[in-house]
Amino acid sequence: MTAQKSLKDLLTGLIFIGFGLAFGYAALSYETGTALRMGPGYFPLILAGIIIVLGVATLLQSASGPDKTPIGRAPWLALALILGGLAFFGLTVRGLGLAPALFVSTFLSAFASERTGVGGALVMAAGLVLISMLIFVWALGLPLRIFGPWLPL
Amino acid sequence: MDLIANLGVGFEIALTPVNILYCFVGVLLGTLVGVLPGIGPTGTVAILLPITFTFEPVTALIMLAGIYYGAQYGGSTSAILINLPGESSSAITAIDGHQMARQGRAGPALATAALGSFFAGSVATLLLAIAAPPLARVALKFGSAEYFSLIVLGLIASVALAHGSIIKALGMIVLGLLLGTVGQDLYSGQPRFTFGFFELYSGINFVSVAVGVFGVAEILRNLEDEKTRTLLVKKVENLWLTKDDFRRSVNPVLRGTALGSLLGVLPGGGHVLAAFASYSLEKKISRNEAEFGRGAIEGVAAPESANNAAAQTSFIPLLTLGIPAHPVMALMIGAFIIHGITPGPNVMTDEPALFWGLIVSMWIGNLLLVLLNLPLIGLWVKLLTIPYRVLFPAIIAFACIGTYSIGLNAFDIYAIAVLGLIGYVLVKLDCEPAPLLLGFVLGPLLEEHLRRAMIISRGDPMTFLERPISAGLLAFAALAIVLSLLPAIRKRREEVFSEED
Repeated sequence: MTAQKSLKDLLTGLIFIGFGLAFGYAALSYETGTALRMGPGYFPLILAGIIIVLGVATLLQSASGPDKTPIGRAPWLALALILGGLAFFGLTVRGLGLAPALFVSTFLSAFASERTGVGGALVMAAGLVLISMLIFVWALGLPLRIFGPWLPL
Repeated sequence: MDLIANLGVGFEIALTPVNILYCFVGVLLGTLVGVLPGIGPTGTVAILLPITFTFEPVTALIMLAGIYYGAQYGGSTSAILINLPGESSSAITAIDGHQMARQGRAGPALATAALGSFFAGSVATLLLAIAAPPLARVALKFGSAEYFSLIVLGLIASVALAHGSIIKALGMIVLGLLLGTVGQDLYSGQPRFTFGFFELYSGINFVSVAVGVFGVAEILRNLEDEKTRTLLVKKVENLWLTKDDFRRSVNPVLRGTALGSLLGVLPGGGHVLAAFASYSLEKKISRNEAEFGRGAIEGVAAPESANNAAAQTSFIPLLTLGIPAHPVMALMIGAFIIHGITPGPNVMTDEPALFWGLIVSMWIGNLLLVLLNLPLIGLWVKLLTIPYRVLFPAIIAFACIGTYSIGLNAFDIYAIAVLGLIGYVLVKLDCEPAPLLLGFVLGPLLEEHLRRAMIISRGDPMTFLERPISAGLLAFAALAIVLSLLPAIRKRREEVFSEED
């Protein structure tokens, strides 16, 4: 029985319901108001209701048959490196400045490819920092600090 | 003839060397930032706005407008070549355009986009000149009830684009709408779903959502199985359209231009709607429907013409009503005000030189764009020879800088990571990201018009059905859902999409 179910639909339904419950629960703490004068909670509550209904419908749909294609593996290392690289950039761009923050996050991202070694990633990161400085800081004149206050420069 | 006299005034202004120069600078920058992922026209216009303080008002507006429609050309280039839409309106081009690129037909896809855009831009600019006053009167008659119903129809129509389950696609729309409610409530100022983070008061950044669900999620998909996938076309031959390509593109371009010109007038994502709507139209009426989603040239020709036509006609509400149809238009209002001009119906009569000069410059800009894009297509195609393992860190780097530069807000970067993860998981579960993005963009407008319409009708929801235009739009939306749920059509859809991947 369970083997005949679509795992993708099952998970999608749970995700939709999860989002609906989370947004709906949070929206309950805002004033709902009336149909005439809707409060900040009115519209999100309607949406939360709709997505929960759609989530349940997706759950029911999952019984109609197994997935045609498997979900497949996830590139866990690449996922961690790329999301980690983004988070690092956000955390340090102000303190370290654009160049060092970008260098580290592009190094991490580049390393996410199975075909890129440490040396290649270093070269790519250095090159990208240089190109980015030329385009965004020199040519476009974005008001970004190349080196931030955390560095003794 | 008023029109000819007016256009004469316009040409006199637009053809001065300094205005031609800044028109060129604008469209060149627009193409550049349209091609570069993560930095779009909104960011660029915002950054360059202070520089234009010292210009003549008309020169400043000509350059800023050039960035906007220039980015429409550039945005389609990155959508086709790397499946990363530079603009929300080119998201739809990525579907078939990128498939064409994967099949080694990036050249014809790019040429179709450029030529279709030029044709649509020229026609729409002329339409803008002819129809600005009467069309503004039509748009004036639209109340909030009509806008609400129009947005509902636009959202529902996007479901027809989704591959596979309609219920999942509807869910993605609603998820997008929910994400769009994050931030301060328009009426009460109450912060919603901000978890106490002050940075979220102005909402989740649109660029973060687009870069996350389209860019990062796609990168993660591509890194799943690096060895067996050939991601990018190595060699692009035959940049020019075959006779068959040309024959198949003509009608979609014409229809796209017509639809785009019409929808572009409506404030609020008109050019996004236009691209989506013209794509579904082509898909519905095409004899090659099975080819859509797998590299149909009509799927590039129609939305590209539509979004460029809409990009031109979206200036109508700005120039005649002072209402922005796009974030860039909102920045343009800022530019008007800086130069001491109040945007609105008075601009046409008080500042005829500026009004007509700007309009004529758009046609000149479109001409410059074709000259710039067709010879340079070879240069854009060279991006393809860069191996993917070099390309994707560059996408991440430009996305980081571009997104960060908009508001110097680290939160926008975290939003990319979070939405990239959510997008990746949902895409893996066969949910399409396009409806989510559309829901996110149109969500705040939908809520605003719903609430305003309800206030106007004294809380009576029947207002949406009693007003004929609104009722008609809603009827179309209901019809679209019913039709796509019919067993026969559902089966056909499944057949169409089952051969993919």
